[in-house]
Formats: sequence, structure tokens, C-alpha cells
Amino acid sequence: MKLTESLSFKNIKGRPARSLALTILTAIMAASIVVGTVTVTSLKTGLGALESRLGADIMVVPASAASKKNFENIVLQGSKGYFYMDRTYYDKVAEREGIEKISAQLFLASASAGCCSVPLQIIGYDPETDFTVSPWIRKSTGGELGLLDVVVGNDLSVFVGDTITFYNVRCNVVAKLDKTGTDLDTAVYTNTDTIKRLIESSLELGMNDFRDIDPDKVVSCILIKVADDHPVDEVLNDLNLHVRRTKSFKTKDMISGVSDSLIGVSGIIGILMCAVWLLGLVILFLAFTLSVNERRKEFAVLRIAGASRRKISRTVVSEALIITLGGSIAGTAAGLLIMLPFNGLIEESMGLPFLLPEAWVIIVLCFAAIVVSAAAGAASSAYSAHRVSRLDAGLVLRGDN
Amino acid sequence: MIITGNNVSKEFIRQGKGTNRFVAVKQTQIRIEEGKLTLLTGRSGSGKSTLLNMLAGLLAPTSGTVMYGDDDIYSLDDEKLSAFRMENIGVIPQGQTAVGTLTVIENICLSYMLKGADDRASVYSYARELMARFGIPELENELPSALSGGELRRMAIARAMIRKPGVIFADEPTCDLDDENTELVLKILKNTAENGTSVFVVSHEKDAAQYADFCYSMNAGEISAL
Repeated sequence: MKLTESLSFKNIKGRPARSLALTILTAIMAASIVVGTVTVTSLKTGLGALESRLGADIMVVPASAASKKNFENIVLQGSKGYFYMDRTYYDKVAEREGIEKISAQLFLASASAGCCSVPLQIIGYDPETDFTVSPWIRKSTGGELGLLDVVVGNDLSVFVGDTITFYNVRCNVVAKLDKTGTDLDTAVYTNTDTIKRLIESSLELGMNDFRDIDPDKVVSCILIKVADDHPVDEVLNDLNLHVRRTKSFKTKDMISGVSDSLIGVSGIIGILMCAVWLLGLVILFLAFTLSVNERRKEFAVLRIAGASRRKISRTVVSEALIITLGGSIAGTAAGLLIMLPFNGLIEESMGLPFLLPEAWVIIVLCFAAIVVSAAAGAASSAYSAHRVSRLDAGLVLRGDN
Repeated sequence: MIITGNNVSKEFIRQGKGTNRFVAVKQTQIRIEEGKLTLLTGRSGSGKSTLLNMLAGLLAPTSGTVMYGDDDIYSLDDEKLSAFRMENIGVIPQGQTAVGTLTVIENICLSYMLKGADDRASVYSYARELMARFGIPELENELPSALSGGELRRMAIARAMIRKPGVIFADEPTCDLDDENTELVLKILKNTAENGTSVFVVSHEKDAAQYADFCYSMNAGEISAL
């Protein structure tokens, strides 16, 4: 049997309170990296998903709708709500110059009463003209939607092949969309014919006030893809000038609001992370310095027992590394335990597109958190290690140094 | 092993207002004979411990050389000098010295923990033999905080002897000990010298002279044979 017990392990075990405190501190530092970076990455992923879903350059809505409190959430993120305008506006918009593609959508908020499986936003689109929803519905279903076919958002607890009831009409779930991290994940997409059927049924049941809503005569919003040879701003100004009682928005500008919020939130997260790290590094530095000062006689004993200066230095750093590595792994695990089960709550509290990145991205972030935290902790002991390696054992043991 | 200090001296710079150099050990010639106990006495601050530390390879002299046989130990780099010290030099330092997180037997086997030993059983067996010889066999698994001053000193002697070094340096090994423990420690050191080890003891103890083969006295950094 070989005698190779690690002095570093012995020292860590021999000072449990100090070791535990430093481990917890490093764990907090690592957890702050995991929570912070996964949150910011999720917000960016959510924004990316939102951008790719919108697909349009300009969105036209009734002028009255633009003043609605949650207007942007309705049109951008699929929050429940509705507004309508006459379809003649669709024709007026279509006549303007610089428009490559145009399509309309109709919003229908389902009731929370027993007629419907769940209260949610139903979005009707025109399969003949649509260029925003169809591509990813085709990607999910492989074709077009038939009558009473619906495609559901990722957060709805129904599966392909299930049925979902709105106003006593059983609709077939033919596809489930990828997650976006917005309320679109609880929205339902269907074609205009199905929307008509749902409105008819709601009127028969005497529910909701859909009697003035004829999908052939009204629309909620008009989506426009601008021709390549026309600047978007030019078309936007033209629409706002010539199509009265409507309000046109550049979708990028609408997203830029979300993007600004994201930058703001990321900034706050960054500042908090910096504060945690600065404080953590100062505490670790002081803790290692004090600990080494307290143990100068012990290190002098190691010197007289034959430890080289490098060996003493390595003992201090490896002790710090063991503690900080343990703390980093624990902190990373804790960070994941916060982020994975509670990401829905975080998404809700932030009110921003929030979509967890792919597993490999999370793994890379966790690995980076472990390496950075452990390395930073160990580096904070480097000064102490250097100082203690310079001590003169004879003088220390006499109390002169 | 014969150790020779050739014109070794040590100067220190005291921190404070201006530069204040003082000579702790003036140029000194000393020889420590194999299998003999060499005693160095003198008043506090006379430079005894500084000389011991220089001879033990723990403090580089300002001038002069320290020869172990034909080898000048301060010509070695720190790695080699440390390895040499581990294998050949046992030091019993002044005061209570132990690694607080290690048990008594681990403290005794410290140099093997630093470098590793092929046969833990035989190292521990010899450590137990030393503990029995020094009257602390029951303390194997105790932490140093549970030991008395005398027990700690005996543990430090066992630690210095665990590798059966060619030379042992003891700095005030009987300081703070009662008469019984003082006699015990001095007998151990004498016995070690009789078994072929060079032993160099720095002590205030008047009775220590009766165990010594050679006696020196130090006064204000200057050494003289008694």
C-alpha cells in the first residue's frame, strides 16, 4: 500500500466550516453564471424565434387597436385579445406600391367557459395568401390544413391526433409547433373556413360577441412583405399617409422594443453577476490570505520536512482548486435546478420572449461556469501561494517573520 | 555525516526608519562530527538559532558555505535542496510545531506524505516504533491539539527521525518542558547520536552539557568552543 494521502484533502477535511463556507461562496458564483447566462441566452433565443415567426416587414392594424394597452403582446406574442377592421382596408393596402406579398389574419379569443377546452388566442389565416404562418405550418404538417384542422402552440397539453373543443366544435390537432418562448406557444392556428365554423357555433351557443365578425368582411391585421426594390420605410410612410384609420408598423421596430427590453434585462443581469463575482473574489482572496497567514507555522513545518517552495505553493493552490471545483459543480447543478424546472415562471415574470437554448448550449454554458469559477477561485489563492512559498521556515518558527 | 560551516555569516536588514543592518552570525567556522552530540549554548539573540537554520539548509548564509561531506548544499536549487533536506536532515524546531489537521502518526510521517512511500505499512510500523520509544504509543490517532507540550515535542523528535537522517538539528528541544521530560528528550538525542547520527542541539539547558560530546558557546554572533 502506498502512502500518498493528499495534504490538501486533509486540510480541507480538517477545517470543515471554512471549507464549507468557501464552497458555498464558489457555488453562488457558479450559480450566478449559469442562471445569468442561461437567462440571457434564453431571451436571445426567444427573440430569434419570434423574429423568424413574424416573417413580415410591415403590420397594419386598426388605428384604434394601436392604442390598446397590450396591443404589441397581441400582435407579436399571441396574447389573448382581438380587434377588427373592415376588409376593404386590405384592398386599399394591397393597391399601394412596393408590396410584394400581403395576407390578413383574424384573431379570435376563445372563451374560458365549458364550451372550450382552454381559453386561448385563435389565429385564423388565409392559406391562399399567407406567407408568414404557412411555411412553418407546412414544416409541421407537411401540407395545408383541412376544415376543423388546427395547429397548436408548443405549451398546450394536447398531442397530434387529439381533439380540442372550441364553442362545442371538436377540432383536430394535426401539428404542434416549435417553442417560441412567447404566448404564441399557447395559441392555435387555423384557416379562415374553420374560423367561420367556430364563429357560427359561438353564435348558436349565444356566447361571445362575434355576431359582427364575418371573416369574409373583417380582418384583425394585415401582414406585408415589401418588394426588394422598395425601402420598407418608404412603403410604411406611404401606408400611414394614404390608408386612413389604420396604423402601420415596421415589425423590426416592434421587435426592437422587445430587443431593447432584452438589452436592459441583460444589462441588469450582467451588473448583478459582476457584483456577485467582485464580492466573491474579494472574499475568496481575503479568506485564502488569512488562512495562509494563520498557517504559516504549518507551512514552515512542511518546509523542514522537505517540501520545496513549489510544493508548498502547489498545496495552497490545489486546496483552493479542490474547494472551488466542488463549489463550482454544486453551484452549476443548483443553477440548473433553478433554470430548468422554473423557466416557465421566469418567462412569465419577465414578460419577454424566453426560450431555453438547445441542450448542447446549456451543457457548454455549464462547463464554462465550472471552469471559470474553479479557475477564478484558484487564481485568488495564487497571491497567498506565492507569499507562503517565499517564507523562511527558520524565521517563521522563531516568530521573527 | 560530517557537516562543516565554513566562514558562514548572516546579516539581516531590520525594517524601520532608514536601513539598519545587523549581523546575527559573524563569520563562523564549525564542524559537526558523525555520531556525536554537539551542543551550542548562549543567551537569547546571540545567533544560535540562526546558525542552526543555516546549517540545516533552511536559511541561506550571507557569506560562507555549508558542506555536507563534500557537497555545498546552498549551491543546490530549492527543489534539490528540499529533497536533500527531506532525505538527510531532521529538524526539531523551537516551540510547538505540528500540522493541526493531521493526526500524530500522520505528522510523524509527514515527509512521506509529501513525497509518497512505496510501503505505507513499513513506514507506519517504524513510526509506531518511534512513538513507543518516546512514550507516546497511545496517541497515534490524536490530533496535535489534544497533546501536551512534552508530547508535542516528542512527536516532533519522532518526525525528525522517521527517515533515519544522517543529522538531526534540535532548536531548544527542552524549552518549556518539565525536568522529567527534559531528561527524557536529552537521553533520546544522546542515544540517537550514539547510534551514528550527527546531532546538533541548541539549548539554554544547563544539564544539556553532560550529554554533549562537544560544546560551543555563542555570544553576539561569535562562536567559541567550551
